[in-house]
Amino acid sequence: MALTNTQFGYRRHPDQDRADANVAEHAIVVVGAGPVGLSLAIDLAQRGQSVVLLDDADRIGEGSRAICFSKRALEFWDRLGVGQRMVDKGVVWSVGKIFHGEQQLYQFNLLPEQGHKRPAFINLQQFYAEAYLVDRVEELSAIDLRWRNKVTGLEPRNDHVALTIQTPDGPYRVNAQYVIACDGARSSLRQMVGAEFAGQVFEDQFLIADVRMTAAFPTERWFWFDPPFHAGRSALLHKQPDDIWRIDLQLNRFADPAVEKLPENVRPRIARMLGHDKFDFEWISLYKFQCRRMNKFIHGRVIFAGDAAHQVSPFGARGANSGLEDAENLAWKLDRVLRGTSPETLLESYHTERSAAADENIRESTRSTDFMAPNSHQEARLRKAVLSLAKETEFGKRMVNAGRLSTPSTYETPLSTADRDAWRGGPRPGASMADAPVAGPGGESTFLTDAFISAGTRFTLLEFSNGAMPERPEGLGAIRIGGKDGLADSAGLAAARYDAEPGTAYLLRPDGYVAARFRHPTREGLDAALARAAGHN
Amino acid sequence: MALSTASNFAKPDDAFRAIVEAHRGLSDEQSADLDAALVLVLANHIGDIAVLHEAIALAKRRMLDASQQQQQQQQ
Repeated sequence: MALTNTQFGYRRHPDQDRADANVAEHAIVVVGAGPVGLSLAIDLAQRGQSVVLLDDADRIGEGSRAICFSKRALEFWDRLGVGQRMVDKGVVWSVGKIFHGEQQLYQFNLLPEQGHKRPAFINLQQFYAEAYLVDRVEELSAIDLRWRNKVTGLEPRNDHVALTIQTPDGPYRVNAQYVIACDGARSSLRQMVGAEFAGQVFEDQFLIADVRMTAAFPTERWFWFDPPFHAGRSALLHKQPDDIWRIDLQLNRFADPAVEKLPENVRPRIARMLGHDKFDFEWISLYKFQCRRMNKFIHGRVIFAGDAAHQVSPFGARGANSGLEDAENLAWKLDRVLRGTSPETLLESYHTERSAAADENIRESTRSTDFMAPNSHQEARLRKAVLSLAKETEFGKRMVNAGRLSTPSTYETPLSTADRDAWRGGPRPGASMADAPVAGPGGESTFLTDAFISAGTRFTLLEFSNGAMPERPEGLGAIRIGGKDGLADSAGLAAARYDAEPGTAYLLRPDGYVAARFRHPTREGLDAALARAAGHN
Repeated sequence: MALSTASNFAKPDDAFRAIVEAHRGLSDEQSADLDAALVLVLANHIGDIAVLHEAIALAKRRMLDASQQQQQQQQ
C-alpha cells in the first residue's frame, strides 16, 4: 500500500483526568472517523466550530470498500480543501458499458458535456480518501481527533448528552451539546438510542474482489448480464488506482460464504473473466445487502449520518456519496444553530431533506438489485424481455438497470422559496448548484463552484449582471457574472445552465443548494428568502 | 391523459385476433415470454406513467373479481 499514514496512536487526553463532577463540556462530538465523520468535522471546523472526533479503532479500515466518488462529493471535498488530491490520485471515468452474454448492449456517458470542474466520478479506494481527510484534519487545530475512543454509554439530558468513552486507559466521560453518529452500518449509537433499523434484506450474495494486475481494459465501468465466464449471473469490472481492479460477481443464494471466499475458488472464476490468471488478490469480501433507514435521523441531541442512518446496496455508488451529502447538509445548519443565528428547528430540515434522499437512494438501489437478481420467474421473464428488446430499441436500453449512479437529490424543503417567475431551465429551488466555466478579472480560468468557495461557502447571491441589483443583505456572499467587475461567462455556459437573463439572481445555501431564484430580485424578496432558508419562519 | 376504455379499434376483432394468432403454436412458457415483451413495448408506446398505473389497476381489479367469483362458486 503506497500510504504512509494509516496507523494512528492513541493519546491520552486531559479530559480523561477530570473528575466525574467536572467533566469536559464540548459543543460537538462526532463519533466515527470514516469519510462521513471526517468530512463533517472538517466542514464544521472550517465554519469556526470546535469538534471532538472519536473513533474506536486506531487505523484506517482495510480493503477498498467504497470506490466511486461522485461529482457532488468532489465538489464538497473541494470546499474542504481535499478535492484536488482525491482527483489527482483517483481514476477519472464517465463512460459505462453494459454487456449481455458476449454482446455489448449499449454504453452511457454520465457527463457528456464539457465545462465542469469535476468529472462525473472518480474511483478511489476508501482508505485513500480517509487518509487524505485525516491529513486535512491534522491541519485544523479546531478538530480534536481521538483514536481508540469507543463510546460505550449515552445519556440524553435536557441541554446536552452525557457520553461514556472507553479507552486503553479506561473509561472517561464528556458532555456534548450535540453528538453526531457517523459510526457506520453497525452503529452502536443507534442501538444506544433504541432506534429501529428495519428494511429489506436481499438474499443474493455478491463476491467482491480487488485484484492487482496490469491490463489494457479502458477506465470504464463494465457490467455483464449472463456473461460467458459466469453463466446466468452478473459481473462488474471497474478500475481503481495502483493497477487495482474491482470485480463484483453475483453468486447464487445458497452459496456457502466460507467456501466461496477461498482464493482457490475465486481465482478460476476471475481467470475466466479476465482471460488470464496473472493477477494477485488485494481483498476479497462476500456479502448480502440490506436497504433500510432509520425512521428519524434526529434523536434529541443525537443526530445520525451516513451508513449509521441509512444503508443501500452498492450498485449505484449511493452509500458513501449519500453519507457525504448528509455531512454537507448538516454542517452549516449545526453551525448556525450553535451560533444562535438560526433556531434549533433548522436541524429538522436535515431530517426532512436527507431522509427523502435516503428513500430515493434506497428506491434506486433496490430497483437495480432486483433487476440484477430477479425475485420470481416472472421478474426474470420481464428482465429477459428488456434485455432482448435492448438489442434493437432505444427504450429497451434505457430500461436495462445495471445500477443508476448517484446524483444529488433535489430537496422538497421548507427552506426553499417557490418560484414566482417563469423559468425554462436552470436548477430549481432545492437542487444543487450547477457548475460552469468562467474567467476572473485577470482572464484566469475558474469555475462557479470555485467562485462559491471564494465567496465564503455561505449564503451567496449568484447575480447575472444588469447593473441594477438591489443592495445585498448583510453577510451574504456574492458571485457576479458579467458587468464591470464580474466574472466573464464568455462561452455563455453559466447563463445557459441557469436560464439566466440580465438581472437573474440565485440565492445559494451554504451547502451550494439553490434556496430561491429571481428574474429581478427585490431587497424584500431576498430578505424573505434568506430568512426562510435560514429556518426563520 | 386518462386511460381510454372506449373501443378504440375500428375492427376490435382484428386486434384480438392478431394477439391470439401471435400466441398460436407457442408453449405456455413461450407465450409468457411474448406477453412480457409485448407489455413492455406497448407500455413504452403509451409513454404515460399515470395511464400505465391505471391500466395495471384495471387489469388487477379484473383478477380480483375473477378470484372472488371463483370463491363464490366454490361456496
